[in-house]
Amino acid sequence: MIPPAFEYARPTSVDEAVRALADAGEEGKVLAGGQSLLPLLRLRLAFPELVVDVGRIPELRGVREDGDTLVIGALTTHHDVIRDPLVRRHAGLLAAATATVADPAVRHRGTLGGSLAHADPAGDLPAVVLALDGELVAAGPHGRRTIPARDFFVDYLQSALAPDELLVEVRVPKRDGWSFHYEKFHRTAQAWAIVGVAALVRRADGHIAEAHIGLTNMGATPLRATAAEEALSGADGPQAVARAAEAAAEGTRPSQDLSASPEYREHLARVLTKRAVLTATGMG
Amino acid sequence: MTHIKVNVDGTAYEDDVEPRLLLAHYLRDRLGLTGTPIGCDTSNCGACTVDLDGTTVKSCSVLAVQADGGEVTTVQGLAKDGEWTALQHSFHERHGLQCGYCTPGMIMAARDLLRENPHPTSDEVRQALEGNLCRCTGYQNIVRAVLAASGQQVAEEAPA
Amino acid sequence: MTDQAVQHVEHEVGRARLRKEDAHLITGQTNWTDNIQVAGLLHLAVLRSPMAHARITRVDVSPALERPGVVAAFAGADLAEGLGSLPCAWPVTEDIVLPDHPPIAVDEVRYAGDPVAVVVARDRYAAADALEAVEVDYDPLPPVLDLESALAEGAPLVHSDKGTNRCYTWPLATGESFESVRQRAEVTLKRRYHQQRLIPNAMEPRAVVVTPLAASGEYTVYSATQIPHILRVMLAVVTGIPEHKLRVIAPDVGGGFGSKLQVYGEEALALAVARKLGRPVKWTESRSEGYLATHHGRGMIQDVEVAATREGRLLGLKVGLLADMGAYLMLVTPGIPILGAFMYPAIYKMDAYEFTCTGVFTTRTPTDAYRGAGRPEATFAIERVMDELAAELGLDPVELRRRNWIRHEEFPYTSIAGLTYDSGNYEAATEKALALFGYDDLRAEQRERSERGDTVRLGIGVSTYTEMCGLAPSRVLRDLRYAAGGWEAASIRMLPTGKVEVVTGTSPHGQGHETCWSQIAADVLGVPFEDVEVLHGDTKASPQGMDTYGSRSLAVGGEAVHRAATRVVDKARKVAAHLLEASEQDLEFRDGVFSVKGSPEARKSIQEIAFETFTSHDLPDGVEPSINAETLVEPENFSYPHGTHLCAVEVDTETGATHIRSYVCVDDVGRVVNPTIVEGQVHGGVAQGIAQALYEEAVYDDEGNLVSGTMADYLVPSAADLPDFVTDRTETPAASNSMGVKGVGEAGTIASTPAVVNAVVDALRPLGVHDVRMPCTPERVWRAVKEASA
Repeated sequence: MIPPAFEYARPTSVDEAVRALADAGEEGKVLAGGQSLLPLLRLRLAFPELVVDVGRIPELRGVREDGDTLVIGALTTHHDVIRDPLVRRHAGLLAAATATVADPAVRHRGTLGGSLAHADPAGDLPAVVLALDGELVAAGPHGRRTIPARDFFVDYLQSALAPDELLVEVRVPKRDGWSFHYEKFHRTAQAWAIVGVAALVRRADGHIAEAHIGLTNMGATPLRATAAEEALSGADGPQAVARAAEAAAEGTRPSQDLSASPEYREHLARVLTKRAVLTATGMG
Repeated sequence: MTHIKVNVDGTAYEDDVEPRLLLAHYLRDRLGLTGTPIGCDTSNCGACTVDLDGTTVKSCSVLAVQADGGEVTTVQGLAKDGEWTALQHSFHERHGLQCGYCTPGMIMAARDLLRENPHPTSDEVRQALEGNLCRCTGYQNIVRAVLAASGQQVAEEAPA
Repeated sequence: MTDQAVQHVEHEVGRARLRKEDAHLITGQTNWTDNIQVAGLLHLAVLRSPMAHARITRVDVSPALERPGVVAAFAGADLAEGLGSLPCAWPVTEDIVLPDHPPIAVDEVRYAGDPVAVVVARDRYAAADALEAVEVDYDPLPPVLDLESALAEGAPLVHSDKGTNRCYTWPLATGESFESVRQRAEVTLKRRYHQQRLIPNAMEPRAVVVTPLAASGEYTVYSATQIPHILRVMLAVVTGIPEHKLRVIAPDVGGGFGSKLQVYGEEALALAVARKLGRPVKWTESRSEGYLATHHGRGMIQDVEVAATREGRLLGLKVGLLADMGAYLMLVTPGIPILGAFMYPAIYKMDAYEFTCTGVFTTRTPTDAYRGAGRPEATFAIERVMDELAAELGLDPVELRRRNWIRHEEFPYTSIAGLTYDSGNYEAATEKALALFGYDDLRAEQRERSERGDTVRLGIGVSTYTEMCGLAPSRVLRDLRYAAGGWEAASIRMLPTGKVEVVTGTSPHGQGHETCWSQIAADVLGVPFEDVEVLHGDTKASPQGMDTYGSRSLAVGGEAVHRAATRVVDKARKVAAHLLEASEQDLEFRDGVFSVKGSPEARKSIQEIAFETFTSHDLPDGVEPSINAETLVEPENFSYPHGTHLCAVEVDTETGATHIRSYVCVDDVGRVVNPTIVEGQVHGGVAQGIAQALYEEAVYDDEGNLVSGTMADYLVPSAADLPDFVTDRTETPAASNSMGVKGVGEAGTIASTPAVVNAVVDALRPLGVHDVRMPCTPERVWRAVKEASA
């Protein structure tokens, strides 16, 4: 209910934030929108010595284009991502999936960068950024580095960010002309996904030319259903999609928890992959 | 301690607060604005929903220091000169509350919806209130109240 | 004042009055217990056992005392003196095992969440911090979690001094022996149902504030409680503080659903600490703390056997329950399944009924009343098994019910369980519900989908329920070994200016008593609705009462208001006769005005008489200067709301997801005081029943930890998860009270759970599925389909 005490820093620039994190070493925690961190603090599941509030760093907010890449500031809120015309045009999958995150009040505060840095495999956005072949840009004491999404999610609640690094932006290739759908399966509107499937599909000549399938909550990290992706390539109708989707759970290691068993999650991954692709492509 | 300035319901406040102080506790315990209740510790129930700089937030999941320089509107700041807002009227007229504990959050969340979408469908109202839990009403009269406040025709409730 | 009274001609009862309660709630001018601030207030925080079962080998609170802002800290042993056992008011059998229940554990913890130490600090933040400094060593003991193995020889014991985990066994057998009807039955069916544990989740977490007046030894206890009157008595017993020195106030209370029908350890602890320190103390639970510390509901295994003829006539019913008491017996823990005992035969006629309940201790949070309290469990079992029997016999489930229910011309009817149902019309409610639902069309669609092998199946669930509410005739309570009576108090004060104060012993927490009691009093007295104020929830303002639970308030408390108001009129009549110089027999009383028959110009309003009585200048000889009245109503019977609920559910057989497509309920709650409020109660009740059917469960792991320990894990449905409900009513007045009212608080919850589960099973029956355990999660549904097709 009541967060433990911590020191508080409110930098106004990325450099200042990085310095503050570097000083705190392992004991620092970044506060962006706070929608993941504050519940953890309130339940006393985290005890940072220093909280670095990056909420007042304007350069972290907003969406811009960089050639064929869309650059989304880490501090851009879910609410803004959903409504951003550039995101809707070039990364519609991200807008659609973000609209399913939590509830409106949480989406007003929660940020894209925060959701990714939290690295919760049950969160909707990690699998989406993975499906988009996104890249994450981290600022640290020695400058910036770009981390491909496939290398960013290291383990359960663990990202590739060093303690003195701040996630500053998310870069996703524009996917104009790709069709997409995020199929989220959860027990109540507010609940975390039991399984979510982010499908991003390029079609050519009436068949699927290329498919990216991101899986939410099918392991300790978000995953790509690579076997299904391969099988989907060339699929030309509902039957072919359904057959390809049978491979969706290959290589996954879903967990057992209150809402589902691993076996059920694997089953859902297959069904939801089929549905996501059919919905995305309008083949269904 | 961190020094903050916050405008709440039209009144400017300045306080030194612990950084960990939740906005909800700042409102309730420091400012005595107890109209905003707290119903959970995981940001699920939405009872503590207030408006911060023009959008709703769950005040139990925002630090008071994050609201520094901001403008907060609570349910206590809605009625002007004793004149209720349309939503307050419709919650009353449509029996959109029973125990009333979720009501401040419901009204704030509904207000946010109607700002963005002045004529929502019944389904849109239900989706918009997904982060606000009520244990008494079964939500039906809340949905009716929000639709009525948006000026839409609502099916009559009680059979004669 | 006169003009208003004369103009008042409308009848209040039956009118959709908007609520008096709303204004302060929609503007945030509330008075929840946690809002209360008093000078010098200290905050109490409770350290709870992280283990389900363990011996406490050491508690050291001294490190907590070093923390800033801490005023005091106590281990269980420090508070043991002067704190008795928390009460159980319903020892259901003579030989019940009644363990000691200290408000704070001293040497052993028996559930995860059992209090072990308290810290008192200047603010809630300091108290929360200091809690972490308290040092406790535990020596783990085996948890006791499974109801059946807990009863086995050599099982680990929750209360080792008692030598058993069996709390009690309570039997009931009426009519012929079940064995004899089984022998002549053409069909018998045996089913086992699980009533999962539920967490009530009133939106306002519990809180208590105690303000002591050291000089006189008086204490005011503010508590988020449904039962200020019972709490006062019980806190006096537990703490030894004389009852007349205790005042209990239930301020605004944000829902209860039974969870605040309790005498909690924290209430006693706050009082004990305030007494020790001479300082005001506040404790407020967080939601996740409440999941451990506030009692749970349900938690039963039900073995049901039914015997019938081929034509579908019920011959007998046999029910065996194992009921999870949790670690201790709280206020009415053992009685909850017994309240259900009388409801298993429901609306059906049969020749034999056997019931046995065994209460079992486990190392889990204690169970107690949760909306419906025993009756939803009973209704679920009988309504589920009726559907199974219908399937077995190849009958439509509605038709099977029709063949067995008590026909309307048979009332009053004494059920096989011994209850006398005073009134009812099951045929009328069912016909109305079927028509609203479009039953035949939905059945046609169901067949069509099934025939074409649609992966999304349609299921139709029916529940024709009744319940017993209006608790309760005191002699019946005596026979059930309940420690208190079931009466209710009301008094009416006619103020000199003609305004009216109604004092009630009921204690509302969302129900709208202020509005409804005003309607009742306004009608009887003939005064404007706006002139009535209802006082409640404070033992100083309302010294007598039995409080609010079990859908009792209207049938007993509302009746008391009605009778008290009638007495006011009777007293006023004497004064009016004197003032109008007429005999009482020649007076008419209409719309609040006494007039002399035949000479309508001679008139006095009851509000004028209130003033005349106040001045007392011209009263008849021997008449006291007051027309105030009070009464205690002893109910002569329970009341028996009933109705028919129909639910259509779409089940996605690929994922196991369920979707409620339509829900229709026709309830008969007798005469209705306020239709808007009745409808609201039905909505909320149905929602909670659906929540049990589809979403909610308190899940424990093998060590006895509550896994669904926060609101993020325990799925309370939101607006986005529930459908619109179609509600309607039939109105068969109750015969057991003067207003003909029955009560509505629990009806929706009781009816809806089996309607929903019946629909889910009905959708899957062609696939070979006969049951899905609650909550019917997608995975459970998927597994049921998978296993049936394997």
